Amino acid sequence: MEVKPPVPQVPPAVWSEFKDLQEWEKHHQERGTDDKTSNTLASIADAIHHMPGGWVVTTSTDKIFNWARQSSIWPVTFGLACCAIEMMATFASRFDVERFGMVPWASPRHSDLMIVSGTVTIKMAPMLKRIYDQMPDPKWVVSMGSCANSGGPFRHGYHVVKGVDRVVPVDVYVPGCPPTPDSLMYGLLKLKEQVAEFQKTGQRSTTADRE
Amino acid sequence: MTSADASARIRERFGVEPTAEGGALGVALPRERWLTFGRFASDELGCRYFNWLSAIDWKDQGLEVLCRVENLDAGLVVTARTKLGAGETRCASLVPVWRGADWMERECYDMFGVVFEGHPDPRRILLAEDWEGHPLRKNYAVDTPLAPYR
Repeated sequence: MEVKPPVPQVPPAVWSEFKDLQEWEKHHQERGTDDKTSNTLASIADAIHHMPGGWVVTTSTDKIFNWARQSSIWPVTFGLACCAIEMMATFASRFDVERFGMVPWASPRHSDLMIVSGTVTIKMAPMLKRIYDQMPDPKWVVSMGSCANSGGPFRHGYHVVKGVDRVVPVDVYVPGCPPTPDSLMYGLLKLKEQVAEFQKTGQRSTTADRE
Repeated sequence: MTSADASARIRERFGVEPTAEGGALGVALPRERWLTFGRFASDELGCRYFNWLSAIDWKDQGLEVLCRVENLDAGLVVTARTKLGAGETRCASLVPVWRGADWMERECYDMFGVVFEGHPDPRRILLAEDWEGHPLRKNYAVDTPLAPYR
């Protein structure tokens, strides 16, 4: 029995059946290199950065943008398994993540964060990838619970993805089975710290970058 | 129809000795008489309730298909089983007798690869349609790399 190393691996998508997803990914990648606005903004930022003392401008604008980003992280409501119950408890009034500016939003197109709450099966992974692809950049992923982190108790089963980081890049891993709302909130606060350090605007690392 | 009556009729009709398995009658059948026994159990023993159907992989002895049917009025429970033989995957479908066997047999095909002949809709039911292999077989390697995301 060959056991995979625990290194996060994002294999290239080899969709055989999902023609629409293939087309979507192609479109997404082409748009990434073709996005005139992003490229222009990036070159302007680059130019400012190369002027004497220009880093003061870029770092301070980064700070302002990051403050805005970290103050309104909208997680997409995406519950997969029992962890979703704890996630709902976190969203509800007792723990109330709205004080961090997090509004659970029922559309991936307006969301910044995906909390993968539960077991990702191989059958579900394409749908998860599709929802992730529908979210606008910059976007973050919190992997919640043992199943999403590594496959958990189902790691040696036949149908479970051995960690959601094989499907989408993950920023914060929250351990637990399931994690309590306190744990998830701690993870979300860690994510806020991470967003505050966010450097490159617009583009996220892609599958190609990681390989 | 008591349990003793039923076992007498099974013995007379099929020439096999029913065994007591818990509260149920266990009947081991040759695979040719699987559907015949289904009709017999439904019509003559009054087992109108199809409880479940599954399979066992006995490795080199091949697959064994089991099903449990019940006569709820008489409290009669029959567990029928048939060994398909080494390397054999074909088995008669019980859907003509019990419609409830439909999804059970699809699941059995999904997990064990038993091909039910005469099934109206022999597709996979739980796993994705492009799945390779049948995971509850003993020779299925769980950590086989299978695209995508293994």
